[in-house]
Amino acid sequence: MKFTKDWLNDHLKTNKSENQIIEKLNRIGLEVEKVDPIKNELSDFVVAKIIRANKHPNADRLKLCDVDIGGKENIKVVCGAPNAHDGLLTIYAPPGSIIPKNGMKLEVSKIRGETSHGMLCSESELKLSNESEGIIELGQKFNSSIGKPYFNKKSNNNVIELSITPNRPDCLGIRGIARDLFASGYGDLKEIKKVKFKKTFKHNFKVKIEKNKNQACSIFGSCLIKNIKNKESPSWLKERILALGLRPISAVVDVTNYVMFDLNRPLHAYDLDKIKNSISVRNSKKGETFKALDNKTYTLNENMCVIADDEGPLGLGGIIGGERSGTELVSKNILIEAAYFDPGVTRKTAKILEINSDAKFRFERGIDPQSVKEGLTMASKLIIEICGGEVSNFDIQETIKFKKKIIKFDPKLVSRTIGINVKEKNIMNILNKLGFETKKKVKNIEIKVPSWRPDIFGEIDLVEEVIRILGFENVKSIEPEKVRTKPTLNFYQKHFHLAQRSVASKGYYETITWSFSDEKINDSFRENFETTRIINPISSDLGVLRNSLYPNLIYYMEKNLNRGFGDQSLFEIGPVFTGNKPGNQITVVCGIKKQLYDEEDYKRDNHLDVFEIKKDLMQTLVELGIDKEEILIEDKSPSYYHPGISGSISSKDGKHLFAYFGQIHPKITLESYGFEIFLENLVNFKSHNKKSKESLLLSDFQKSDRDFAFLVNKDTKAQLLVDAIKITDKSLIKNIKIFDVYEGGNIPSDKKSIAIKVTIQSDHKTLNESDLSNISNRIIKSVEEHTDAKLRS
Amino acid sequence: MSEFEKKIIAFKEKIKNSKNQKELFSISSEIFGKNGIINSEFKKLGSIPVEEKKIFAASINKFKQELSDIYKAKVNKILDKDIIEKVQKEKIDITLPEKEFKIGKVHPVSQVIDEISCIFSEIGFSVEEGPDVENEYNNFTALNTPENHPAKDMHDTFYLDEDMKTLLRTHTSPVQVRTMLKGKPPFKIIAPGRTYRSDSDQTHTPMFHQLEGLHIDKDITMGHLKGCLNYFIKEFFEVEKIKMRFRPSHFPFTEPSAEVDIGYRMENNKIIIGEGDKWLEILGCGMVHPNVLKNCKVDPSKFQGFAFGIGIDRLAMLKYGINDLRSFFECDYRWLNHYGFDPLDVPTNYRGLSR
Repeated sequence: MKFTKDWLNDHLKTNKSENQIIEKLNRIGLEVEKVDPIKNELSDFVVAKIIRANKHPNADRLKLCDVDIGGKENIKVVCGAPNAHDGLLTIYAPPGSIIPKNGMKLEVSKIRGETSHGMLCSESELKLSNESEGIIELGQKFNSSIGKPYFNKKSNNNVIELSITPNRPDCLGIRGIARDLFASGYGDLKEIKKVKFKKTFKHNFKVKIEKNKNQACSIFGSCLIKNIKNKESPSWLKERILALGLRPISAVVDVTNYVMFDLNRPLHAYDLDKIKNSISVRNSKKGETFKALDNKTYTLNENMCVIADDEGPLGLGGIIGGERSGTELVSKNILIEAAYFDPGVTRKTAKILEINSDAKFRFERGIDPQSVKEGLTMASKLIIEICGGEVSNFDIQETIKFKKKIIKFDPKLVSRTIGINVKEKNIMNILNKLGFETKKKVKNIEIKVPSWRPDIFGEIDLVEEVIRILGFENVKSIEPEKVRTKPTLNFYQKHFHLAQRSVASKGYYETITWSFSDEKINDSFRENFETTRIINPISSDLGVLRNSLYPNLIYYMEKNLNRGFGDQSLFEIGPVFTGNKPGNQITVVCGIKKQLYDEEDYKRDNHLDVFEIKKDLMQTLVELGIDKEEILIEDKSPSYYHPGISGSISSKDGKHLFAYFGQIHPKITLESYGFEIFLENLVNFKSHNKKSKESLLLSDFQKSDRDFAFLVNKDTKAQLLVDAIKITDKSLIKNIKIFDVYEGGNIPSDKKSIAIKVTIQSDHKTLNESDLSNISNRIIKSVEEHTDAKLRS
Repeated sequence: MSEFEKKIIAFKEKIKNSKNQKELFSISSEIFGKNGIINSEFKKLGSIPVEEKKIFAASINKFKQELSDIYKAKVNKILDKDIIEKVQKEKIDITLPEKEFKIGKVHPVSQVIDEISCIFSEIGFSVEEGPDVENEYNNFTALNTPENHPAKDMHDTFYLDEDMKTLLRTHTSPVQVRTMLKGKPPFKIIAPGRTYRSDSDQTHTPMFHQLEGLHIDKDITMGHLKGCLNYFIKEFFEVEKIKMRFRPSHFPFTEPSAEVDIGYRMENNKIIIGEGDKWLEILGCGMVHPNVLKNCKVDPSKFQGFAFGIGIDRLAMLKYGINDLRSFFECDYRWLNHYGFDPLDVPTNYRGLSR
């Protein structure tokens, strides 16, 4: 919403300065977004310099000029003036500006195959003189003003632009802004002058609001104005229209716009001679088409609100008028409409048809239903002042009688809500100035809500009005108490926090990537999850909710590779979506590692392999409180891992899947390893298996190491041997370590050798030779019994 | 002097003259070994009369001790000499680079969430969460945002179905609804999390982070809201004083509603928070609308309180001088390295937020 101080003065008698008013508006909830110098018709024309006047390739008499208009880059303008030459200072008119001489609106155009962005002007074109030979030549003193308006009409007036919150339609009119300032003590609200003019003839044009289901229109007021001479608006009106950022069109159109911004009362003017017989306000039929003033043709659904005549729709109620009945400079007889359309229906229709207009913006927020007469009066007065003609009486069709809302208000709610005492007198005063009618009752105040405030429903809305006008600076700040009755983080959140820092401490950089992903890439990681598509994605490559953290991590890892970063470890902790319902999501910690072998390092020793990633994963699990003794490692993993170099880690009973790890399948990306920890599973397991640390028993008796080498089938898992050893004697076996895995040489080709060191120690005595050989034999027996292993001799 | 004593003297001399470890070790076995002179002398014990045994053994032990002491001293002397010789030969270029220590980084958004949690923990808030996918009711309707209302335009919502019933939450406020529906007042929670809006330009990303705050009790007023936010901003920016301004605004779920600006000034292209005459909008807040309380089965005649929503990414940008919001999600290794935090740098109440 834009306005000028000058225009505000029509409604508010105040001695406050523009700056004071801006400051105040911010404090009462009418946020000032911008303050710009006022625009007028001529402010588009700027000083420019021809840098080079090149010959036009396709026309001898034309030149193709590189012109400096004070922007970052020079622009190209085609010019036919004989005097256009390098270094000439002149006046430039950009596309969109209107040339005073002929009222022509400039557009970007092609002249003999070359695009011209705007025009260099002659004196006659700017109505400065009759000189039309060649373009204006400015003196060197303009060299410092390139890009600045040539017509520097001195004006201290600014255009103030407000960002009005959707609950305040009343402030989409300057009168509403004035009223808020008045309520906050910034001047007096002027009365709207009563206008009396003769209504010389009877409104005899038939207008009817049809009884339709969900009829959006409940009031349709109109008047006829005959024998006008439509023309260009007078300069005062043009200036105001320009200040709003609109283009003046004709007096009739400019007046309807003027009233809309002045009183927040949208109007529409029809050329009466183009309407066939009568007007009916009705629901549209499916498939009806209508050409709007924006030159587009719309195909309507059923139950949109149209203003129609016998031939079909003339306009979309509250949204946009139609081309067929639009007024022109030659229009003689017109009909002015001031109506009320339902906000919900208006919004829905505009949304479906994707139409934005100043009227729609106002109707969907709620227009004052009692401003119909006021609007028609102001518009007809202005039109006959400018264009002559005579006005009919007002015809007002009304299907629902508007009733003011009544609220029973307990003024104590003000102090109860905001924490400071406000006197009842002050409360009443503020509300009265805002237009609320107040009546003191025994227990409370009876409040009548003004018709222009559709946002006021209950007591709390009135509290807001009071504090808004009083100012939040009057609320006394209360220091928070430093008391904690509940733990800050719950069991799961503690693990989230720990997992994040645990993985980061192992060399991984934490990333945050989109929760969405590219459907094609995501499909490689989707497994059995459903695809959840976003109906209106920001772009097609962010079209689905991610089913894994890998797609985005791999994408960004490769981007970093392209930037020249070889060795990388990235991770993310965040949601993975398992379906499209609220709660269909799990938290995954996903790490990924890649090494480039061509990097030279004088100390490089170890190459990245799966055991590197397994190390990081295992240590993270341990730090998260999972005992190595309570896990089961299997070679089961999803299809996006290398089938032979990957596995899963779960609880011993296989019921809780903690993690997957391994090499990413080479068909997806090369030489990359990763892991995924499923945080909820892990936390769930832990909360069902709470344990405290056992007390520590340290044995001082001698410990002995015994080495065993077993021959096993190639696909036998080493873990089986370890498990078989472990169960032999839990009290004596303190440690088991695989120290060699060997294939080839003197070993049969279908076998491998696994060498294991077992540490044996008793808590009660020093073991002698026979004790040791006894336990050794039991170890061999157990391994041979439980697996296909044979002791190598 | 017995034969044994003579041998002892000879060995003492031998130890003294020995030149290296090898020589010493062979002397050692001649003395203390299985067939060394000490053991051989002890073997004589058997043929000695009982009454002399004690004296005899004591004298052997005395000599054994003497030799052992001399021997150990000599060993140490030679070892020291060896080490010194070796050390003198060892000289490396100490300016060669150290072995790479790989410590990762925590994303600034995560760090800021921890900082915020830490501050609110001190004044009794606990952390709540909600799902990223929400239903229309929790995201809008329960929060007093009616269908077909322009207030909805402020949220460019991502929808997951054609009926527009499921969506990606546009703010963390649905966590208020979930928290109140599953519990009983009082409520005192914060809820950080991912939020989504169909918006992408210089200053907007389709995903960003918000922090929701909610405090509902019997007599919580705007004064408490002001105090709470004042405390938070001061703690977060780690400044003594903060210039703050509450500006009336509109959110369907709070009434009265306000936006909060903090004062700042520019110095060498950097933002200095807390002073100056420029204003920066950083959060939205207000008293929870009675309709929201009713929708959440809380009696508005008995309970009232405030709620607020803060852009976490924005706070991180301000505090740590990050210029481009989009860079948060681009995972550039250099950026992560520069703006990321050491995982050991955990914000705590007793240590303070930043080190």
